[in-house]
Amino acid sequence: MATPRKPAARKPASDRKTVLVTGAAGSLAKRVITRLYGRYNVIAVDFRRQVETDADIPSYRVDMGKRGFEDIFRQHRIDAVLHIGRIFPHEHDRMRRYNANVLGAKKLLELCRKYGVGQVLIHSTYFVYGASPYNPALLDEDHPLKASEVTQDLVDSVELESLATIHLWKHPELNITILRPCNVLGPEVRNSMSILLSRPVAPVLLGFSPLMQFLHVDDMADALVVAFEQNKPGIYNVAPDDYVAYQEAVTQCGCRRLPVPSIPPAVPKLVSNLLNWNAFFPPYLINYFKYPVILDGGLFRRTFGWTPRRNLNDIFSYYRKQKLIGS
Amino acid sequence: MKRSWRSVTAMPSALQEALYQRVVTPEIEAMVARIPKPVGSFGYDAWGYHESAFKVGLGLAKWLYDHYFRVQAHGLEQVPAQGRVLIIANHSGQLPMDGVLIGCALATSPHGPRAARAMIERFFPTVPWLGNVLNGIGGVIGDPVNCARMLEADEAIIVFPEGVRGSGKPWKLRYQLQRFGNGFMHLALRHRTPIIPVGVVGCEETMPSLANIAPLARLLNVPYVPLAPPLPLPARVSLHFGAPMVFEGAVDDEAAVTTQVEEVKTAIRGLIEQGLAQRTSVY
Repeated sequence: MATPRKPAARKPASDRKTVLVTGAAGSLAKRVITRLYGRYNVIAVDFRRQVETDADIPSYRVDMGKRGFEDIFRQHRIDAVLHIGRIFPHEHDRMRRYNANVLGAKKLLELCRKYGVGQVLIHSTYFVYGASPYNPALLDEDHPLKASEVTQDLVDSVELESLATIHLWKHPELNITILRPCNVLGPEVRNSMSILLSRPVAPVLLGFSPLMQFLHVDDMADALVVAFEQNKPGIYNVAPDDYVAYQEAVTQCGCRRLPVPSIPPAVPKLVSNLLNWNAFFPPYLINYFKYPVILDGGLFRRTFGWTPRRNLNDIFSYYRKQKLIGS
Repeated sequence: MKRSWRSVTAMPSALQEALYQRVVTPEIEAMVARIPKPVGSFGYDAWGYHESAFKVGLGLAKWLYDHYFRVQAHGLEQVPAQGRVLIIANHSGQLPMDGVLIGCALATSPHGPRAARAMIERFFPTVPWLGNVLNGIGGVIGDPVNCARMLEADEAIIVFPEGVRGSGKPWKLRYQLQRFGNGFMHLALRHRTPIIPVGVVGCEETMPSLANIAPLARLLNVPYVPLAPPLPLPARVSLHFGAPMVFEGAVDDEAAVTTQVEEVKTAIRGLIEQGLAQRTSVY
């Protein structure tokens, strides 16, 4: 292995904080690790596989629910945890997901307390607000989390948040920050929306084109890093103040639109089920393609002095180019 | 194969283009360009307003405004050219034509055009196409959070405090103001917003309704189904904009708010009476 590139103002390893990053195999965590590398001792963790990292980044393939996870806390003096890894709704069944996302996070938070971790960042999602025709626009962080009203398949996202919120108030020494980003897109991102927009043909619901917000994965990585470095515990939406309708976004990404009958509501769910669109247009996310969930990201932008540097066109052009290369 | 398919699809798009040119005339383009309305990189704002949808909507509304309802607007100079404002009007005529016409009057006002927002019924977003279209031209579901946020963003907002009580009322109750909700006054007080009272005359005659077919309305899950002409009749409409009313101070109790709402209601009643007295012909 080549020796890692050394930035100019590099502290000796012993003086640096140690940061554990979960979900290290994912696009977002990889970018966060790149940004932290050299200034912090990074430990990469993923339940899927052992991630290839630079020589001095320890990397583990471990299930947070298993006993082996605690060994990492025993072996390293961890100062902060960036909990980015989550099982997406399209990966594994509901039970497995609940165990990993909720019980796994509970275990993680307990270990953080036990080993005196001083800071925890939780990467949540805007799905927790739930898509409903009654949603006002620009939801702030105090808005009730109604996702579980929409579908049982998002219960784990809501419960992970309530678990983190309980710890946020009961254990201020953990310095918990919860981030609720809008749709994160970009190279290698494997969430439902990114898989959808990578496809040549994207389903759209007839007569519905809800407003959406998109964030480039590099901007989200920057957001995670500033939230970690400035350490201002709390709950924050992370979203730009630019908006675009779903069907417009689909067209801009170079997808052809496949109209799906939208009423009665059971029809699109049935279509999604029959055609097995679970990875990109799952039955339980149908409402998010019908009604807008628009976040007010102002609190995060003001608190951390962060603004996204890539606009909607930058984000969509990646998907357009990807299709041109493919064809 | 691909080429011939293209020539088939090219026809409707040429037709579409021609139709678009007919609706969105250079005059409409110029009017919309004068409106001070911040939008994002794709022409949308947070509540779903979309510049090109607004242009098409305004193009169609302007035709109805000029040629079908032959609208006369009085007192448009009372509406501030910028800054937050609540436009409070009487509601009538089964369909929200009054909202469309007030919006058109404001967007084409020679005294400083505004892209006004209207608070719409909460069931609209569940209706395919209609929900998106209404959002695009400036309609927003009537949630107080939306209204508060838009006032903070210095928008002009049209509110019908009577709601469906006003629009769904039968012919025998024409020009009788129904109960006003107090919500708009709370918002005006909290967000220091001037109120422009508006009297709408003529919309009652566009769709006289004998009765509400309540069982059918329940079945369709809509607020009312009028026993009325299927399309709005071409009644002459006049809009009467009153002087700005400013209310200040903290909310002490609901009774005080109701008194302030009554003041606005009285102003609107006066404007309606003025309009009815000036009217020379109904159709």
